[in-house]
Amino acid sequence: MTTFTYVIQDPLGIHARPAGQLAKTAATFADCDIKVSANGQTADAKRIMGLMKLGAKQGHTLTITCEGGDEAAAAAGMEAFLKENL
Amino acid sequence: MIRGSGLPVCSGVAIGPAYLYRKGQATLPVSCGDSAVEQQKFDQAKEIALSQLQHLVDQATKELGEEQAMILDVQMMMLDDLDYLESIQAKIQNGLGAAQAVKQTGEEFAMDFASMDDAYMQARATDVRDVSTRVVNILCGGSSGFEMDQPGILIAEDLTPSETVQLPKDKILAFVTQHGSANSHTAILARIMGIPSLVKADIAMDDSLSGQMMVVDCIEGNYYIQPDDDTLKTMTEKREAVIRRQQELEAYRGKPSVTRNGQKIKLYANIGNPSDVEHVIKGDAEGVGLLRSEFLYLGREDYPTEDDLYQAYRKVVEGLQGRPCVIRTLDIGADKQADYFNLDAEENPALGLRGIRICIRRPEVFRTQMRAIYRASAHGPVSVMFPMIASVWEVKRVREMCDAFRKELEEQGVPVGEVEHGIMIETPAAAVISDELAKVVDFFSIGTNDLTQYTLAVDRQNPSLEEFGDTHHPAIMRLLRMIAENAHKAGIWCGICGELGADPSLTETFLDMGYDELSVSPTRVLELRKKVCESEGKPQ
Repeated sequence: MTTFTYVIQDPLGIHARPAGQLAKTAATFADCDIKVSANGQTADAKRIMGLMKLGAKQGHTLTITCEGGDEAAAAAGMEAFLKENL
Repeated sequence: MIRGSGLPVCSGVAIGPAYLYRKGQATLPVSCGDSAVEQQKFDQAKEIALSQLQHLVDQATKELGEEQAMILDVQMMMLDDLDYLESIQAKIQNGLGAAQAVKQTGEEFAMDFASMDDAYMQARATDVRDVSTRVVNILCGGSSGFEMDQPGILIAEDLTPSETVQLPKDKILAFVTQHGSANSHTAILARIMGIPSLVKADIAMDDSLSGQMMVVDCIEGNYYIQPDDDTLKTMTEKREAVIRRQQELEAYRGKPSVTRNGQKIKLYANIGNPSDVEHVIKGDAEGVGLLRSEFLYLGREDYPTEDDLYQAYRKVVEGLQGRPCVIRTLDIGADKQADYFNLDAEENPALGLRGIRICIRRPEVFRTQMRAIYRASAHGPVSVMFPMIASVWEVKRVREMCDAFRKELEEQGVPVGEVEHGIMIETPAAAVISDELAKVVDFFSIGTNDLTQYTLAVDRQNPSLEEFGDTHHPAIMRLLRMIAENAHKAGIWCGICGELGADPSLTETFLDMGYDELSVSPTRVLELRKKVCESEGKPQ
């Protein structure tokens, strides 16, 4: 299991568009189970509605957990996406 | 033959098959008993919905820009979301019909979003509902992607702005709606495009109407379904006469709008959307005298950003290729509002918080719009005008705000052009003190629709008051003369952008009053130019 945290920089937080892109990015790691937690809630990173429902805003800390095949690559991919877009 | 009538809002005659447009209202079919079959129905409907949405995304990107397209793109992702799909699947397993399962799931997800403590996420509830409704419509045989296989006459209860965006406008010969008014969205759109239209028509939304031959006479305000031979013959001739008259008007294309005595008047167009610029050019208008800003705010879930507004205005300014453009700032109120404004319901919206009053109360909304307008002014001649002015202090306040906004841009090094600042004269108060107002603005534009309703105390949305709402009332005529005189005394120009400006029986009167500009629907420009050219006008 690989875990890392990320603090949201985007003023709008995880709004619809980045949630969609995040889900698409996560989906590229088919064999890896990726979870995103914020504010005591956890969502499957491959599901846009769940990600949106986290209600994560600027300044909130996301905890990303990758488990399963290729988890190191998945974690690296997710981290790169977050830094780029959120 | 069935005959009925309605209120004509755009003149002309149309003949063609009837198309019934209705919002998906079907009661939802129950399960056939086999959940595997229901699941399959859903899977198919989902694929259709996705392809419809993809089509809309492409269309929206072209017509409305990335921002609007993104909303639809998010809807596509929602439709592919596993939480959403699993919920539907579970409900189908539990014995619900496919449409029922979608509807319930959509409602549950919408509720989840609506209960979040974030206005943006709350607004996403609409997206979930919208996408679910689309699938439900497909499952119920109704189509939310309305199609017309040949040109015809569209019959509807009423049409919302978001619906009109989706309609195949090139195939619509005429609009006939049960509701609506001369100022409804459909009516405005129809006039800009020159599509004959009847609103408030006494027509039943009966499925059997679909495909029947229909004639709409928007000169008299009548329609005929399955017309008899005589009617069809008369109407065909009438239609040909209309077309002939339009062809004759072509002789005035590119000609200056000058009377026999050499009096000049500018003939501009009223539009409500960047895509209407093509009609301005087609109609040969010399500029845009009224660009309504409401289209940028209505039919969406959150305030447009400065960039949204800027891109839209810029598109208009560039499309006009050097012709001047007068942008009216936001003119909404409780009767015509976007939900996200959260305006309180009012007893009397026409006398309520609307027009400039909202801009004064909500400077941040006004700032975003004015910055966009100033930025657009770097691309061509732009003027701005403020609606619903009643007092001098309002103008002074607004101009101070604008000066600050402009200064801010200049300090940021953003290019800004020269912008004239004018006001709408549409309250009797503004008309009466137009001498005072003329000293603090660059021009006047008369909104005759509101000026008439406020002066005569006759609700313009209420057709039963028609006999009391005489648009040629001597009180209006006196005000119009006085406003023009006061404008010219102060050395500013004045125009008319209300419906009355297009009334050819008043063209000579307006020339005599000395009006500098008339702004009308793009399709009326040539007709009015003919009238101007045939008038004597004042000796120069």
